[in-house]
Amino acid sequence: MSLDVLAHAPTVNDFSVKLANVNGTGSASANSLLMQAIFRMGVPVSGKNLFPSNIQGLPTWYEIRVNAQGHTARSLDYDLMVAMNSATYREDIADVVHGGYVLYDSSWPLDPDLAREDVTFLGVPLATMCIENFVAPRERILMKNIAYAGSLVALLGIDVDVVAQLLAETFARNEHLRESNQKALQLGYDYAIENFSCPLPFSVAPMSATNESILIDGNTAAALGCLYAGATVTGWYPITPATAVMDNFQRLCQKYRRVAVTGEDGETTYQNNFLIVQAEDEIAAIGIVLGASWSGARSFTSTSGPGISLMNELLGLAYYTEIPAVVIDVQRTGPSTGMPTRTQQADILLCAYASHGDTKHILTFPANPAECFEMAVTCFDLAERFQTPVFMLSDLDIGMNDWVVPKLTWDDNFVPDRGRVISDAQLAGMKEFFRYSHEDAEHVTARTLPGSDEKGAYFIRGSGHDQFGRYTEKPEEYQQVVDRLARKHTAAAAHVPAPIIETREGATVGLITLGSCDLAVREARDVLAEAGIVCDYMRVRGFPFVGSVREFVESHEHCFVVEQNRDGQLRTLIATETGAPRESMASILAYGGFPLSARTVIDAVTEHLEG
Amino acid sequence: MPSITKPLIPLAPLAKNELGLTIRDYEGAMSTLCAGCGHDSVTAAIVHAFWELSTPPHSIAKLSGIGCSSKTPTYFVRGAHGFNSAHGRMATIATGAYAANRELTYLGISGDGDSLSIGLGHMAHAIRRNVKMVYVIENNGVYGLTKGQLSASADIGSKPKKGEANIIAPIDPIMLGLSLGATFLARSFSGDKEQLIPILKAAVAHNGLALIDVISPCVTFNDHEGSTKSYRFMREHEVKEVVADFVPLRREIHASIPSDGTRVVPMHDGSIVRFRSVPEDYDPHDRSRVEEYIREHHARGEVVTGLLYVDESGQTLHEMGNTPSTGLNKIPLADLCPGSSALEALQEDFR
Repeated sequence: MSLDVLAHAPTVNDFSVKLANVNGTGSASANSLLMQAIFRMGVPVSGKNLFPSNIQGLPTWYEIRVNAQGHTARSLDYDLMVAMNSATYREDIADVVHGGYVLYDSSWPLDPDLAREDVTFLGVPLATMCIENFVAPRERILMKNIAYAGSLVALLGIDVDVVAQLLAETFARNEHLRESNQKALQLGYDYAIENFSCPLPFSVAPMSATNESILIDGNTAAALGCLYAGATVTGWYPITPATAVMDNFQRLCQKYRRVAVTGEDGETTYQNNFLIVQAEDEIAAIGIVLGASWSGARSFTSTSGPGISLMNELLGLAYYTEIPAVVIDVQRTGPSTGMPTRTQQADILLCAYASHGDTKHILTFPANPAECFEMAVTCFDLAERFQTPVFMLSDLDIGMNDWVVPKLTWDDNFVPDRGRVISDAQLAGMKEFFRYSHEDAEHVTARTLPGSDEKGAYFIRGSGHDQFGRYTEKPEEYQQVVDRLARKHTAAAAHVPAPIIETREGATVGLITLGSCDLAVREARDVLAEAGIVCDYMRVRGFPFVGSVREFVESHEHCFVVEQNRDGQLRTLIATETGAPRESMASILAYGGFPLSARTVIDAVTEHLEG
Repeated sequence: MPSITKPLIPLAPLAKNELGLTIRDYEGAMSTLCAGCGHDSVTAAIVHAFWELSTPPHSIAKLSGIGCSSKTPTYFVRGAHGFNSAHGRMATIATGAYAANRELTYLGISGDGDSLSIGLGHMAHAIRRNVKMVYVIENNGVYGLTKGQLSASADIGSKPKKGEANIIAPIDPIMLGLSLGATFLARSFSGDKEQLIPILKAAVAHNGLALIDVISPCVTFNDHEGSTKSYRFMREHEVKEVVADFVPLRREIHASIPSDGTRVVPMHDGSIVRFRSVPEDYDPHDRSRVEEYIREHHARGEVVTGLLYVDESGQTLHEMGNTPSTGLNKIPLADLCPGSSALEALQEDFR
């Protein structure tokens, strides 16, 4: 097969590569090395890790999308497949676009059945190379990954010096490892240069689009937000894909919250201005958050759908007794255990109405790691201002993948909103204190913290209580409190992150979405515009909804709600809570567990409008 | 209605403690439990213990779950901050509260349904973490609020008011505590205030989780013939061989220690527990001996009460976490936020 019979239009900074690997073989670091190198070259890029719920031996994929315009949502059109898993050769090879390329390990012959006339096969004898050049068995396996990365560096025109620099940084403390990695990289690189026409028709050229950006995953960014917001106590239980939130929080606390204390003897010791409790389950995790928040500390838990299910009981207690709580939900595919390593946005309604009885919670919907950082801080302010649980609904795609986002910033003049807390000095000037009386304009009543003067002591109860905090079973007294809770929830709309609304001249279609769908929907909007379908755009970022959400729906003839769940949960929430007509919103749903791609949106909109 | 309060007018001049407070200052709303309920006696003992210790009421945080026992925190120390939470979850909320503010005295009131069934896991893990709190189980072997179902602490052969005798092995919180590494384990009987008050006081002084299993008969559903959690059964089968007194730090403790070989256990805060009557071969520091001793008596149908096990050397959750001696909730947020320049610098790692 010769290269010249195949026609791939030459492009710069506009392609996608899919890497098919076996999990547990060390491919992840090689794959992210490539992605990071492209980022360092100033080029917009994304890396999506599509991995199994398994430690070793199952198929795993990594997708790199490069796009100068910043359209880095998941692409379904793969220009190059790096086929490193013989178990999935067939489906992987079938996945490549017409005129695309397949890089495979030619240490073993490829089954002739797998051949495709419209695709160029690039054989690199990776295993042979590594067996000849490395001795230790584990090293031979690991270095195969770096060797194919080397070939890709040549084939895609990635800057060799940038990659060498990354290896030097990664292995700064282990010269031997740096050398073997550099050697393996060179082996793959040299082979590609000698045997193929490098670069391929699609390649990377330096830009300056990402010079002021960072590469960060949402779980790390969320942990940073919690650190900056001043969280001190956490309760948590390990769960994919949220575990890294607390891992990172712990790591950050060890760096920024260990305080040197000089004792009377002149000895310097260190104290931790944090306490992270790995709980026995998610029920305990949220219980710990409630206890700490009741006591006036900023406290949070991080979890995923199954954890929220378990937390329901105490979330209702927090709602009814008005205790702040911050819950970071890194959504995964449900129901039940579902697919723990796959993404979804299917906890929207669960979180909006968590717990039995009439409950309504405050939600925030970050679209990327930068918003995870910002909204985590916002969540603590909202929780304390409104004395209620606040959820940040991230997802696996945001939480566990590295995203290129603008550098995070912090305003040193930021004043946290601690809400209405009555001090002993204030109590001294009061005749009496009642927990659920004297609401402010936003229907929030003042609280005292345990340990405050006797005059401020009260008895929290999840059982029926009146505006004075006393036990009641009288209908009017009970209703008075729950009606205020409903008004308080409504008042929070003005304080949750506002929807992002972008309009275009002549638009008749409204695209509504949330969270990690953002990039795919924006890309779809641009493509649709080229085809003559002009769309306005609204990304909701918080619940309860402000009035502009309903207005957006009502001002468009056709609205599409794009979300990653089966039942159109955002559409339901908008219709139920704003009164906007449900029938004027069509659902576009992707819920198979992989991140959304623009094509799904484009096809659905086109089909709907034509039909 | 728990919101009914007792008249505060004293009938006779009442004694004052070191804070100048009378016993009435440590009381709460009137109990709505059944007349004769063992829990009310426990409430009275708690009132006495805190009054005698001169604990400032506002420095006490009283927490509970759901059930008859969990209703009682409204009946004592009205000046304390209270949290009547959800069924079985008290330990988790107490853990979080203690994590945020280690400066308060935490008292958790629970029952056998709350702690030995629905909240067993939470209790076990609070014990493991050695959350500094007094954890009282008002144990009557029965679900009172739902009218008489057997609980997980019901002994084999124990007969409920209606239905068949229990045939499932009971959970003994003391034996469980021994296996979990508990640092303070006591059993008492609600009908014995003389024993319960010093145990409660020692529990407050204890540096860690102090678990007190109080057999507290349910007069309505479990005080009949055939019950092993009845007043009669307890009066006939209680073995008080382990008798301990509590001597607070403030008193002249040295003078009160007899030189007759009585065991003295110094508590973390300098107060002491004095074992006045302990069998010759009993050592409240020896986990396996304590376990054996309880088993031996249990085999004879006897219930051993007293302060059964103490270990003041264990580290609390805060000590393990190496936190400051003041509450984490006292640290101004400005001191917790690393600021813009740190954010700028740390992002070098994300390039």
